[in-house]
Amino acid sequence: MGKTFTRPVALSEKDTHYCPGCTHGIVHRLVAEVIDELGIRGKTIGVAPVGCAVLAYNYFSFDFMEAAHGRAPAVATGIKRVRPDLMVFTYQGDGDLASIGTAEIIHAANRGEKITTIFINNAVYGMTGGQMAPTTMPGQKTTTTPFGRDVEQTGMPMKMAELLSALMTPAYITRQTVISPKYVIKAKKAIKKAFEYQCEGRCFSLVEVISTCPTNWGMTPVEALSWAETTLLPYYPLGEFKTPDSQGGNDAA
Amino acid sequence: MGKVLMKGNEAIAEAAIRAGCLNYFAYPITPQSEVAEYMARKLPEKGGVFLQGESEIAVGYMVFGAAGCGERVMTTSSGPGISLMSEALSFIACAQLPAVFVNIMRTGPGLGGILPSQADYFQATKGGGHGDYRLIVLAPSSVQEAVEMVMMAFPLSEKYRNPVMILGDGLIGQMMEPVEFPENLIVKPTRKNKWAANGMDTRKSKKRNIVKSLILDPETMNTHNLLLKEKYDQIRKKEVRFETYNMTKPYKVLIVSYGTMARVCKTAVDLLKEEGIEVGLLRPKTLFPFPEKKIREAAAKAHCKMVLSIEMSMGQMVEDVERSVQGKCPVRWYGKCGGEIPPPKELMEMIKGLKL
Ligand SMILES: Cc1ncc(C[n+]2csc(CCOP(=O)(O)OP(=O)(O)O)c2C)c(N)n1
Ligand code: SF4
Repeated sequence: MGKTFTRPVALSEKDTHYCPGCTHGIVHRLVAEVIDELGIRGKTIGVAPVGCAVLAYNYFSFDFMEAAHGRAPAVATGIKRVRPDLMVFTYQGDGDLASIGTAEIIHAANRGEKITTIFINNAVYGMTGGQMAPTTMPGQKTTTTPFGRDVEQTGMPMKMAELLSALMTPAYITRQTVISPKYVIKAKKAIKKAFEYQCEGRCFSLVEVISTCPTNWGMTPVEALSWAETTLLPYYPLGEFKTPDSQGGNDAA
Repeated sequence: MGKVLMKGNEAIAEAAIRAGCLNYFAYPITPQSEVAEYMARKLPEKGGVFLQGESEIAVGYMVFGAAGCGERVMTTSSGPGISLMSEALSFIACAQLPAVFVNIMRTGPGLGGILPSQADYFQATKGGGHGDYRLIVLAPSSVQEAVEMVMMAFPLSEKYRNPVMILGDGLIGQMMEPVEFPENLIVKPTRKNKWAANGMDTRKSKKRNIVKSLILDPETMNTHNLLLKEKYDQIRKKEVRFETYNMTKPYKVLIVSYGTMARVCKTAVDLLKEEGIEVGLLRPKTLFPFPEKKIREAAAKAHCKMVLSIEMSMGQMVEDVERSVQGKCPVRWYGKCGGEIPPPKELMEMIKGLKL
């Protein structure tokens, strides 16, 4: 019998620097599997963010660029416009995409750039040590909200998938999670669909992935998974918010 | 091809297209928006890429992306926009990507005004963005020269894998002059470079490329900075360009001036000559690298009593002039930076009033 579980070719052999229980690694693997399955490794360019995934280029085995904080969609736009034949994706955290890079993601989506964005929402700034992100939950303690996020001062957590779905330009926008195997299978399907839309030159595609950051949440990996399930998922519903065939606006499932 | 009458901004756009640059990203800002308008009309018919970005921040990184996959790319802007692109410039310089940035300067600081100025000299030559990096800075003083500099900027940026900035003032962008476009490209664009992240299939290579500026290891970071320094030293050695005017005469005053300001200085030099006063003029065409050696030698002449840095700024280039002269004779600044260009008469009166 042959091997049934192997490392995707699109993943490099390097060990990641991610903390135990961090879901970044799972999402990396899903992206790599999809790239293998679509056979696009030789024409794919990944764009790494600034955030914990800043070193993502070390963990894949194809061309990569590393953008400035928040600017990955602009870098991806530059690549895709001059080389429409290449497959381009950004991999961004919630500080990167939903705070400093809001303009770039909204306009890349609104222009209908034929790129794919993998958006890791872990409700916190991981790399810089657990500060508040725009996605931090009301009352959630972070190093810059030591008494819990006060929504009077900082507003409500931003639902990026919904916000981007409101744009009128056709797109594929979905929210997934990887906190248990059943979700991982669905997330993989969504990521594949997102890349397929790009391969077909159809539309901008974004997969938001509800993720964990046990380190900065001050939890064990198992506690983090259950906190994500009980606290994040009710606020951040999973599902397809938009497909290129739907009208735009929030006609979400 | 003969001469055609063209507005500076449009000539800059046409020059880029003729230099084989079919990729252009920009955000509108006076006094250079005509470049974008020209590109929006012309690039589609050439099969090129024109994109109006959502901000100069985004545009800077669109340039990064396009340059990172090895395609010829340009953007144009003015002071406030260049400020927003400065983070990207730092990233592009660190990642050693070739790209051409044009700054058609307006007055500042702040929102300032839309009239011509040379107030972004520091921004262009001393960084603007963070970290140890340099731009190659070319300063045209006519529309014709702007065309030539744009066309040479691409091969220059590719040779050194470093961003090149064309630093023109508002007048260069807005004025109409007869221009003649050079017939042949100096170097054609190629996809053959080995460093670009343009897909392993494109390069028919099994080795992947990473375009990045993150270097966490202190030793590697230092080595990278040394490599950049070596490159900048090479540029200092090989790429200095300048024009001399009336410098064979025993001038008592040597003017150092660039761009539009240098043209006015030339007229003043001619008029002073008619009155029997010899003044030399040295016009840097490259602001980085700066013609330090030439200025030092010219200032060291026994007949030279003073060096004047004349700029449409409140005294920026004068610091480089002082550094070059090395105390060989007194250095003074003269300038204006409200958008008006000091006329020849004003310069003549000022020079005649100098206590030498
Ligand atoms: C212009 C700029 N501002 C701030 C930073 C510092 N910084 C690095 S990562 C980061 C936040 C990253 O958080 P997120 O995007 O949520 O990714 P995560 O680390 O959680 O995966 C910040 C603020 C920077 N590198 N550049
Ligand atoms: S800090 Fe958080 S997001 Fe970053 S690697 Fe650790 S667990 Fe993952």
